[in-house]
Amino acid sequence: MRTLSPDPEPEGSAPRRALEALALAQWRLALRLTVAMLSVYAGFTLLVAWAKPLLATPIVPGLSIGIALGVLVIVTAWVLIWIYVRWANGHYDRTVAALRKG
Amino acid sequence: MTTSLGQPHAAAIFWFFLFVAATLAITFWAARRTRSTEHFYAAGRSVTGLQNGLALAGDYMSAASFLGIAGLVAVSGFDGLIYSIGFLVGWPVVTFLIAEPLRNLGRFTFADVVAYRLQQVPVRIAAAFGTLAVVTFYLIAQMVGAGNLIKLLFGIPYETAIVIVGVVMTAYVLFGGMLATTWVQIVKAVLLIGGAFLLAGLVLARFGGNPLALFAAAAEAHGGQVLGPGQLVADPLDALSLGLALMLGTAGLPHILMRFYTVPDAKTARTSVAWATGFIGFFYLLTFVLGFGAMVIVGPDAIKAVDKGGNMAAPLLAEAVGGTGFLGFIAAVAFATILAVVAGLTLSGAAAISHDIWVNVVRGGHAPEREQFLVARVATVLGALSSVALGIVFKGENVAYMVGLAFAIAASANFPALVMSIFWRPFTTRGAQASMIVGTLSALLLIFLSPTIQVGLLGQATAPFPLKNPGLVTIPLAFAVGVVVSLLTPEPDAATRFDQMQRRLHLGPDADA
Repeated sequence: MRTLSPDPEPEGSAPRRALEALALAQWRLALRLTVAMLSVYAGFTLLVAWAKPLLATPIVPGLSIGIALGVLVIVTAWVLIWIYVRWANGHYDRTVAALRKG
Repeated sequence: MTTSLGQPHAAAIFWFFLFVAATLAITFWAARRTRSTEHFYAAGRSVTGLQNGLALAGDYMSAASFLGIAGLVAVSGFDGLIYSIGFLVGWPVVTFLIAEPLRNLGRFTFADVVAYRLQQVPVRIAAAFGTLAVVTFYLIAQMVGAGNLIKLLFGIPYETAIVIVGVVMTAYVLFGGMLATTWVQIVKAVLLIGGAFLLAGLVLARFGGNPLALFAAAAEAHGGQVLGPGQLVADPLDALSLGLALMLGTAGLPHILMRFYTVPDAKTARTSVAWATGFIGFFYLLTFVLGFGAMVIVGPDAIKAVDKGGNMAAPLLAEAVGGTGFLGFIAAVAFATILAVVAGLTLSGAAAISHDIWVNVVRGGHAPEREQFLVARVATVLGALSSVALGIVFKGENVAYMVGLAFAIAASANFPALVMSIFWRPFTTRGAQASMIVGTLSALLLIFLSPTIQVGLLGQATAPFPLKNPGLVTIPLAFAVGVVVSLLTPEPDAATRFDQMQRRLHLGPDADA
């Protein structure tokens, strides 16, 4: 394995700017997806507390709105992770590999 | 109905001994490969993404989530599902913010990451304080649960059960380290998910394979309100507070965070947490079927007659649909589940004592490898002895709130400091220290003043603090304290090292080898 230099590249240089851009992109996506998960879950929790009769309403026999939304929250968690992993395995890993080659 | 639950029973004993024999064989194999602290704490970084995904699931899915949630659904319907969902939604946060930085920046504990660009001694002491608080409360809840459950399942006395758990768990951790612990988690996760899947399949076979037909039968027998929220969540603020603690606490549990060091690189850490979320989500979906299945097939009254809390719903359901042989299997799976979680917790507590406190605080980061290895093993024995002692001391106490407390401390003490150290350049040593200590102490204080303790345990009429779980106050408080103290105590060195840390965070540890 190639050993990279221990010091960060000089400020303003091209590799340094590329790394900073990548860090910013990762942080923005991570933050957006975290806020999305938090909002979906907080929304569900508030419905549980405030809209009990609504959530007990059946859509079809056996399936209440509450159970359907609960399953949807779990599926949302899977979908958000899928979005992140797809981005990270693609763009992120390619950029990291390019930066490591220097 | 009549049940053979609670009697020492051939099938249960057979499955349990099979599990213990298999896991001790794994431990024997792992012991020959555990020759350094790198192996003892991190399984030589040799675990694959799928393996670690299963092991994360094994570490996370406690007997409380299997027996407790199924029981809660069986007795009160939809309300139990609020926990299923709350315990899952933390995993995306772990994926987005924690898993990869942890792998690239640390060695053995999450304090490695918080202390990365700060002063080692004060940060490590505060982090070990938070870690040990989380591990202690989580362990008490697990050990007391273990004693009660094993008594109900196998009919052996409480103290004997606690000692069996303590001895077997010590064997795993002491001799096999993280490698044995990882494989114990994998075996347990496969058994637990497989057992729950089989049980759900046997239930659904009676309803034409259609979960909706099962839910409809539950609504018909026990009223349509069982499919909607009941009395568990009455106050919206209470609900949000518990939800926030469950969600962000997952990303601050020391035994979960430690697992990310067992994989070779950040990409594998990412893959493993995606696998884990898949397995855990699938398992929690199965609890919908198990809970309503027990409600319809066994019935809430029969379940409450065996155990008031409803914890025996899943084993009773197994007996009803699969006979005593299957009951024995599910009982053994529940035992295995407890053993595995306790082993993971003990290892993370031992790491905080030996790696953070002994090596990095007492010995200033320069202890010979042999000494580090020895201290790690001594700390394991001490951890195991204290968990057995705590299990016996808290016999008969109501400790259900301690899981919520452990999550609240993890979310308030560990999560904010971890996130700020990774992503916020102006974060300082004093800021980290203050955030972790205030997070831990405020969570402890507010839970003591909450209705959970004051009304539920001490029998007071009212409580000074209105929320049952303090997360809604203590998590923002820990962030605010971290920010304010950091801004008041600028640390130019820490800010400078942020650039070097960012580089290693993204390009990997060999980028600054």
